[in-house]
Amino acid sequence: MRRFTPLFLAVFALFSAACEKKSQPTPAGTDSQGQAAQPAPTGGTPPAADTLLLGEVSSLTGSQATFGVSTQRGVEMAVKEANAAGGVKGKKLAVRVYDNQSKPEEAAQATTRLVTQDKVLVILGDVASSNSLAMAEKAQAAGVPMITPASTNPSVTEKGDYIFRVCFIDPFQGFVMAKFARENLKLDQVAVLQDNKSAYSIGLKEVFTQKFSELGGKVLTTESYSQGDTDFRAQLTAIKKTKPQAIYVPGYYNDVGLIARQARELGLSVPLLGGDGWDSEKLFELAGDALDGAYFSNHYSPQNPDERVKKFIADYTAAYGGTPDAIAALAYDSARVAIAGIEKSKDLTGASIRDAIAQTKDFPGVAGTITLDEKRNPVKSAVILKVGEGKANFVTTVKP
Amino acid sequence: MSQLIQHLINGIAAGTIYALVALGYTMVYGVLKLINFAHGDVMMVGVYMGYATALMLGRQARGSVGGVLLIFLVAMVGCALLGFLIERFAYRPLREKPRLTALITAIGISFTLSYGFQLDIGFLPGSAPRAFPQIIKPAQWFTLGDPEFPDVVLWNWQVISLLVAVALMAGLQFLVYRTRFGRAMRAVSFDHRVAALMGIPTDRIISVTFMIGSALAAGAGLLYAIKDTSVSPLMGLYVGLKAFVAAVIGGIGNVPGAMVGGLLLGLVEEFVVGYAASTWRDAVAFGFLILVLLVRPGGLFGRVAAEKV
Repeated sequence: MRRFTPLFLAVFALFSAACEKKSQPTPAGTDSQGQAAQPAPTGGTPPAADTLLLGEVSSLTGSQATFGVSTQRGVEMAVKEANAAGGVKGKKLAVRVYDNQSKPEEAAQATTRLVTQDKVLVILGDVASSNSLAMAEKAQAAGVPMITPASTNPSVTEKGDYIFRVCFIDPFQGFVMAKFARENLKLDQVAVLQDNKSAYSIGLKEVFTQKFSELGGKVLTTESYSQGDTDFRAQLTAIKKTKPQAIYVPGYYNDVGLIARQARELGLSVPLLGGDGWDSEKLFELAGDALDGAYFSNHYSPQNPDERVKKFIADYTAAYGGTPDAIAALAYDSARVAIAGIEKSKDLTGASIRDAIAQTKDFPGVAGTITLDEKRNPVKSAVILKVGEGKANFVTTVKP
Repeated sequence: MSQLIQHLINGIAAGTIYALVALGYTMVYGVLKLINFAHGDVMMVGVYMGYATALMLGRQARGSVGGVLLIFLVAMVGCALLGFLIERFAYRPLREKPRLTALITAIGISFTLSYGFQLDIGFLPGSAPRAFPQIIKPAQWFTLGDPEFPDVVLWNWQVISLLVAVALMAGLQFLVYRTRFGRAMRAVSFDHRVAALMGIPTDRIISVTFMIGSALAAGAGLLYAIKDTSVSPLMGLYVGLKAFVAAVIGGIGNVPGAMVGGLLLGLVEEFVVGYAASTWRDAVAFGFLILVLLVRPGGLFGRVAAEKV
């Protein structure tokens, strides 16, 4: 036994070293300037260092990993652009990124670290509402403004007056899809399959069900699954029995891909309907052609002919390859709103940056024009996309 | 009625996989009295081996009978090797130590594999779930009712899984009770020190037991991946736990017991989700385990043996 002990210690050391590396902060936006990352400023705000530090918490690993990667790229792009344009208040910007492994408890911990250790000016993140809720609590308590790029659950910004978002909220998405299903698709009877573990999914379901009934349709049955399940046949079998014209699945892409495949397999050939949680390249890989004919609501479409969007897509493609998804666009917008807030703030305290962000009006984002209301939510329109040939195609824009 | 039949089919298909994974648990427990918590993660590694092989084969070749056999062969042989390594370097050095030590090591191996596979370096796949390629082209073998909206669908892979599982179980039962190797296994299980005195190569028997158990895990994992069309580094933890429950329900150490336990668990879960709610699934599954253990502490097929003093 003794012989192998060192071997095992070495193996475990290797693994823990590799894990450690993942959670190390990655300063972004400074590399292009060839400038080393600044050590975390110590003492009270405003920080004395000549770098303005933004914090980001994202799901870089775990079940929502593609969301995190897109977020990080969007933020990185915005910061690089701001630095290339001379920085903010004569200083360069940098981002400290922490991974939350797609878990709320990790997200909360990372936020605490950003506010207590790194003393960041603004926190950006996360995509999943459950993670953002955990973060918002900490950010609000510390008095550090937080902007979530894509958490659509209403309760996130209700956590306090330091919490903002640049995406529309769940009730709106549920409303949009209910309206589209009734008026454009002329559906009368649908079933709902919700994710019981996610506040996002339940939020969309509630408004969808309410609006769809108000508009004269009927929700036949509501089945539920738990995030991370891989076998949905029992729920789908129960749904099939009610003979719906469509199934509303307000879940995340990794579950939806499997749901689509298994629905087809059980002979359920009706279209699926969903929300922005579907938006990921991975969706099409997981679903194959099973999602053809499905519709989902989203924040933006890369097929939008707007000049601003075109430039964003070209820059993103040059930097990372591939087309940016909505999360990347929203993350880019969120970072730019944050940077504009820092620029406009009187001093660099949390309170003054908060006030500056709260006054955001007609801000030209790539995922729509952003005007924040008194509840710190933007008022903007949604797009409906139709899945076909392994991608999402622009169908129409639905205004609030 | 038709819904009931469909739930039955789905439940048996899910239970078959649990049963196959449970066979590995039961075998290792039978011989070593060790609950190999890394079993599910060995399964996960096997699925990734199959996944890599399938990608290398390309779309045409992986759908053919030869392609499927090759995928299974690579995964099962690869896992047998992995099982050998784990037993040789993690469990064998602890064989004379208290049983708890080996159990903790097993949990350690399990976490090392499942979290190690989430790293995104070199050949490791990273944490995002991936779609498992269709190595068996799904075909409806039987439908009932309106062809547009069939009430009951029976798929080719469901039948294939069940046949494979039954064949493997029968093979295992034959191996344990009808061969010299099986007799040696049972002897080692009874008392490995005395077995060694009788000239049985204990270490080799245990190694081979581990290799067979791991190969079974790989096979089961591939069937699971075909069923659920996805593969992720954490799949082993979940399936492994369920298979462990199945093995305990059936009477751990008992081969037909593992099979029955797996099928029962699959059916119970399917009916709970189909007629109640998916949130109840795990609660009812573990409640069922407690119920079985209360009524028959040794599991359905197990015998309660007095501990040797």
